[in-house]
Amino acid sequence: MSESSPSHTPDSFSVPNASGASEGRPLVEFDRVWFGYGERPVLEDVCLRIMPRQLVCVIGPNGGGKTTLIRLLLGLLQPQRGQVRVMGGPARAASRAIGYMPQHVRFDPLFPISAMEVALMGRLGRRGWRSRLGWYSRDDRKKARDALAAVGMIDQSDEPFASLSGGQRQRVLIARALCCEPELLVLDEPTANVDSMMESQLFATLRALNDRMAVVVVSHDLGFVSNLAERVICVNRRVVEHHSGPLDDEAVQAMYGSSMRVVDHCRAVSHEGCRHE
Amino acid sequence: MSELIEALTDPAFPFLRNALFIGLLASAAFGVLGTFVVARRITYMADAMAHCVLGGIGAAVLLRYNYGCSWLHPLWGAWVAALTAALCIGLISFFAQEREDTVISLVWVGGVALGLLFLERAHPPPGEPAIEPLSYLFGDILLITRDDLRLVAILDLVVLVAAAVFYNKLAAVCFDEEFAALRGIPSKVYFLLLLCLTALTIVLLVRVVGILLVVALTTLPAALAGRVARHLWQMMLLAAVLCAALVTGGVLASYHFETRAGPTVVLLAVAAYGAAAAVGAAYRRLRLRRGGPVAR
Repeated sequence: MSESSPSHTPDSFSVPNASGASEGRPLVEFDRVWFGYGERPVLEDVCLRIMPRQLVCVIGPNGGGKTTLIRLLLGLLQPQRGQVRVMGGPARAASRAIGYMPQHVRFDPLFPISAMEVALMGRLGRRGWRSRLGWYSRDDRKKARDALAAVGMIDQSDEPFASLSGGQRQRVLIARALCCEPELLVLDEPTANVDSMMESQLFATLRALNDRMAVVVVSHDLGFVSNLAERVICVNRRVVEHHSGPLDDEAVQAMYGSSMRVVDHCRAVSHEGCRHE
Repeated sequence: MSELIEALTDPAFPFLRNALFIGLLASAAFGVLGTFVVARRITYMADAMAHCVLGGIGAAVLLRYNYGCSWLHPLWGAWVAALTAALCIGLISFFAQEREDTVISLVWVGGVALGLLFLERAHPPPGEPAIEPLSYLFGDILLITRDDLRLVAILDLVVLVAAAVFYNKLAAVCFDEEFAALRGIPSKVYFLLLLCLTALTIVLLVRVVGILLVVALTTLPAALAGRVARHLWQMMLLAAVLCAALVTGGVLASYHFETRAGPTVVLLAVAAYGAAAAVGAAYRRLRLRRGGPVAR
């Protein structure tokens, strides 16, 4: 498995971002990136480009490297080989231009903090002496309220974060990411705790946001992805891309390899979720 | 009651007034930092720092009595030891990914062992009272002097100003370290700052409740306040008020019952927490039985 080995590209997929959909320089560029924990490679020879205002879905089996890909993009991990460039510079330097919604926040469930205060954290780290000390201005509060309104959580803005449901918390975390006024919004599993009605609302929200910024969504939910995505990137040690349009079973099977059961499971879960509502 | 008022105003008993002053002054810092410690779940780190303080006190006492450094106040040794422990513990938590608690316990016992050996070796000159290690372990308000009061006031101010200036950043780092780092906040630096401020705070009440018990006043008032507070700042305010009430009540009770002040204060705090937990549980059960919504 040498570095120079060409990445396999099945017929139905093209080399990442051959679409040339957007103009200008890429927002995110992975150039032959390799990463592994210890001896075990997690990502191999990843080439990837995300252009401004693209909407990209990242799918793949558990342990396939989705989260590692995101962490490389955020500059939380450094590639072992190759280069990750965000907005033309190293990923770490550009993290402030990215709004990130993590899948989990390992917070103390008794942490006394309101939804508004969580959203405000997205305003940290801006220029100016007030921001350097971490003090919020009136403008910051207005932006946080706008962001909470955009995700439909303005009525709960004074509620304790810990008392919100899983889906509501996720929406507050999306609001926090929006408060960063990002050029790229990265959402890790935004549909994990969301019911089917909320899912369609989230879907509309992301579409609207996509007019202003690029959006990268990591998701298990293939139904969600096939409706939303302009580009679908499958991560399973290597990265292959599928272009827009509904995902047929054949394409899914090709992407996930032999692990068809994983796909069936995903669908079963999402249907069950609908019935529960 | 009149007996207490007499004791408080009697110029022959300055120690009682001093203890209460120190308690009230320190409560503000304990409320603020205790809240951060509880919310960030680093109680065991605070406890380890408190124990290391004995090493610093021992070293200071040794230098003072045996090596002629008569200017060296034991509290200075305590602060140096606490800050050193804070930096060690912070670095351990950054680099020792697993078994962090094990390595931190080394710092803990090392500090105590060193402190006791130093104290054993120190020989007070004639005219000075003999060294009583128990008074450092469990506090002794008879030893409180005006110098202590002045030092505590200054460090209290330092801690409060630093916590107020960096409030939002410290809160962000406590809540979600990774996100804070992505916003360009050096999370590790702020975590170290938090540990150092906690170290300074702990020493403020070492004279009153002693190093073995001081962690109770860091965590119990904040934990009590956390049961009802909706915001971090509310929890801090409430914890400070509770801490002041517990120290005042405990010190006065110890005078009345002629008991050691430190354990009395701490027992009062434990009783208060137990009562609050019992009331909370009873309230929840009542709500459940009536079928109403259950508050957390």
